[in-house]
Amino acid sequence: MSVDSSLGQATAHARRHVRRLKFGSGEPEFQCVPFIHFKKSFNDHCISKTMSTPPTHRFKALRRNRLEEPCMKTRLLECMELLKRARAAFQAGRTFDESFRQVQLEALVRMLVEHECDFVDALGRDLHKPRFETVVSELILVKNEALHAINNLKKWMEPQPVERNLTTTLDECLVVCEPLGVVLIVGAWCSPVQLCLVPLVGAIAAGNCVIINPSECSSHTSELLHHLIPSYLDNECYHVTLAGVNDLAEIVDLKFDHVFFTGNREHGGRVAQAAARTLTPVTLVLGGGKNPCYVDQQCDIPTTARRITWARFHNAGQSMVAPDYVLCHAEAKAQLLQALRCCLLQFYGSDPQESRSFGRIVNLENVHRTTDLLRRSGKVAVGGQVNEADKYIAPTILCDVIDSDPIMQQEVFGPVLPILTVNSIDEAISFISRREKPLCVYAYSSNSKVISRLMSETSSGSFCSNDSVLQSLMVVLPFGGVGASGMGSYHGRYSFDTFSHRKSCLLRNSCIECVTYLRYPPYEERNLSLMTWASSLSQKSQGWCQIL
Amino acid sequence: MEKQAVQRAREAFLAGRSRPLEFRVQQLKSLQRMITDRQGEIATALKQDINRSQYDTPLFELIGLENEISLAVSKLAQWAAPRPVERNLLTISDQAYIQSEPLGVVLIIGAWNYPWALTLQPLVGAIAAGNAAVVKPSELSEYSASLLKALLPRYLDQELYPVVCGGVSETQELLRQRFDHVFYTGNSTVGKLVMEAAARHLTPVTLELGGKSPCYIDKDVDLRVACRRITWGKFVNCGQTCIAPDYILCEPSIQNRVVEGIRQTLLEFYGPDPKSSPDYGRIINQRHFNRLMTLLEGYTATVGGQSDSSQRYIAPTVVKDVPPQARLMQEEIFGPLLPIVTVSDIDDAIHFINEREKPLALYVFSSNKKVIKRMLAETTSGGVTVNDVIMHYTLNSLPFGGVGQSGTGRYHGKHTFDQFSHHRACLVKSLGMEEVHMVRYPPQNRQKVRRVRLAMRTSLVDFSKGTYIWAVTASIVALGLLVALTVILIITAGVSCTCL
Repeated sequence: MSVDSSLGQATAHARRHVRRLKFGSGEPEFQCVPFIHFKKSFNDHCISKTMSTPPTHRFKALRRNRLEEPCMKTRLLECMELLKRARAAFQAGRTFDESFRQVQLEALVRMLVEHECDFVDALGRDLHKPRFETVVSELILVKNEALHAINNLKKWMEPQPVERNLTTTLDECLVVCEPLGVVLIVGAWCSPVQLCLVPLVGAIAAGNCVIINPSECSSHTSELLHHLIPSYLDNECYHVTLAGVNDLAEIVDLKFDHVFFTGNREHGGRVAQAAARTLTPVTLVLGGGKNPCYVDQQCDIPTTARRITWARFHNAGQSMVAPDYVLCHAEAKAQLLQALRCCLLQFYGSDPQESRSFGRIVNLENVHRTTDLLRRSGKVAVGGQVNEADKYIAPTILCDVIDSDPIMQQEVFGPVLPILTVNSIDEAISFISRREKPLCVYAYSSNSKVISRLMSETSSGSFCSNDSVLQSLMVVLPFGGVGASGMGSYHGRYSFDTFSHRKSCLLRNSCIECVTYLRYPPYEERNLSLMTWASSLSQKSQGWCQIL
Repeated sequence: MEKQAVQRAREAFLAGRSRPLEFRVQQLKSLQRMITDRQGEIATALKQDINRSQYDTPLFELIGLENEISLAVSKLAQWAAPRPVERNLLTISDQAYIQSEPLGVVLIIGAWNYPWALTLQPLVGAIAAGNAAVVKPSELSEYSASLLKALLPRYLDQELYPVVCGGVSETQELLRQRFDHVFYTGNSTVGKLVMEAAARHLTPVTLELGGKSPCYIDKDVDLRVACRRITWGKFVNCGQTCIAPDYILCEPSIQNRVVEGIRQTLLEFYGPDPKSSPDYGRIINQRHFNRLMTLLEGYTATVGGQSDSSQRYIAPTVVKDVPPQARLMQEEIFGPLLPIVTVSDIDDAIHFINEREKPLALYVFSSNKKVIKRMLAETTSGGVTVNDVIMHYTLNSLPFGGVGQSGTGRYHGKHTFDQFSHHRACLVKSLGMEEVHMVRYPPQNRQKVRRVRLAMRTSLVDFSKGTYIWAVTASIVALGLLVALTVILIITAGVSCTCL
């Protein structure tokens, strides 16, 4: 707390300071920027100015906003403080009540409704995300998730009676779902709202206290969450911290009761190892894999093209579940390419840079990486323009890509779609299974045999045929990876289970002690044969009796 | 050697041999045959390892295992079938379901205290889920381990289910390989190492660790029965059970009666000299024997306390009035020593339990419903048995596993199958109905947002029972109104007729 307030003070001081500085150097456009923006540009300013001019220790205290410099320790301290508060709140039992959880979930929904414009604005700044995409793939999704949880919370929280056996017919056998404690949720920048708040809904529903760490790359959205969550949710139980990715291992070391991580493989591995040191269970949803999309020769090519284009190029291709490359049957290739070209024109017009429906890349680093991949692999069939200043990469389709190209070695995570050709479904299946297990496999075909073969002979976190991305938006289907694409799953009931401990309870009564006598020493042959007989009796039905 | 075994198992898995349900059932059945055929040999090996009584072997190891196998055999088709999920308006014409699929090659590391049950129970689930499994029995129970290594290849597929024996270095070498799941039973120090090694390959783990399982005795209970059950659970297998009650919490007023009850029960169970009783076990090795003896140092045993280092024998021992900060209360005992800690009331007991790491099991003895309810609601542990000990472990329908420091993941029955399966979300759509989907494609405008928002409203989208009820009631009401209207019309028509 003390850290927080001192930082707040420092901010206020420094803001005054900067205004003076800025005005002095003749840059008056500073006046009317909104608070969040202000802070950001102030930081940029800090980097350039504080080095040369010696403007005191106050600036040092302020350089907390992820400049990846020694001030990182403040984050850790802050986190420790938050963890302590959250743990105290959890131990006081505030979150155990059903009504408390309902109220929090309702407040979360209210936050999304009342601040829709702010979210659209923040995501617009971070990713140039069109309003449509923000509302549909972020806000409505979270809202649905929260409403689903509100509607079903009572049912989920009830103890579930399980089957009994002969010896326990008089007893009660229950599975009770209990909250785990304080959990850490680490979000990613590609859908900064959804990836933080969907797990949050599950964690609240399960009765945990939560510390959320939104990604540093989508800074506007993170700031917005940092701002809004304390004013809607309980201030002791739910906290937002803005630590950088490099601090994560240290933060995880503070010992949480569960860590939910969304992000790339490298950071995921580090988080998992840090969690192992404290025996903390983790759920990892990892990007960094390549989601294959098989297009059969027997299918409705225009519809297929439309669905693939939509899935690949929304949010400028920065999505973990987007189809990463197309495995196209050789016969359908020319047709598919033509249809994709048409769709791009139809969706984003002749100049996608002008289109309001097309996003931007999150930062320059990713622009460089994607451009590099694009330049070094295959042949550009459509697009290929890059405008670094605008962080814009045109929707690009690459053809004649081969297995060994750089673009096939890592996740694209940008608006580039490589097309590879295969000659048969067997080739496609062996191509997919040769690689690490991806998050999703997509298949387009009107032949149900092809679909069922792909489904049973490949492995992935989820599978969707004749469409993309939709399976990850459904509340009732679990979403998560397997193998290299992660472990654990969430959404709806599965989030609740992820954040709950299922305690098995056997409530016996002590009146039939005469039967129980059989199990006590001194052991006798007679008792043993009696019990073996009883258990052989029950071989058919499920274990009637084991130890009496 | 380890590497080759894993490699061969992976190749066999990739060839798809373990996937067909018939194959899994056949393997499970031959595992069952192995247990029934070789019961004698297994009992002998256990006798050599930990002087396990002939009676305990089937009871604790084999009956449970057989039940587990027969359950898996009979329910496998049901478990492996795709589970359809609720659909909504947008996916009404599609199929949405969850499919269980095998993970790949799993590693099962067993423990020495129940070398057969704790190694083969996870194996049953791994086979049922269609995985290849590398089995690593504990090196401390060497007779059982070498017997397992000799027996398993004779009954099961040799390539899919190899057994690797060996100590620390072999285990480390194994952990360097990449698996698709690691299942470990043992202590938390090694558990951390296993989890860290697995994290390097991003492999999910199930850890079944121990911990100090408290046993609370309320003053309102039939003490004779309670003491008998506790004594049985604590001293069976010489206290070397991960879910044995580790210490007793009770009020000072009943402490002496508890001690007396246990003393009497011990006399009933093992006679005046437990050392000569055929039903009483021994400590697994000298290291554990020494550890237990140092734990006991500085206390006077109220009951028992004798030991014989040559046989690794420690008598059933009860120590009363143990202070909470004593060494005996800091680590898992895992031996026949039973400390009693006094607490002033139930609040104190709950506080005492919550102050410590989350235990694997919690036992409550009380005939007062309120006490039971409070203990269940206000403490946390892997599992709970009220008015008995250990029994929650024996029910296949209850998930068994720890929480926090006592482990992650759960198994038994269907839960083992789930633990070794990946639940893959599948959405099978058709390419038709494209007009409905037009709304989501760019270029987008406000109108489209509004339409999507309307379509995705949960009350419309949710195809749960509530919506059905709502729809049915609405149509009934509508039908009723229609009927009423017709009746009124007919009546008025009739009335006007008669008027005329």
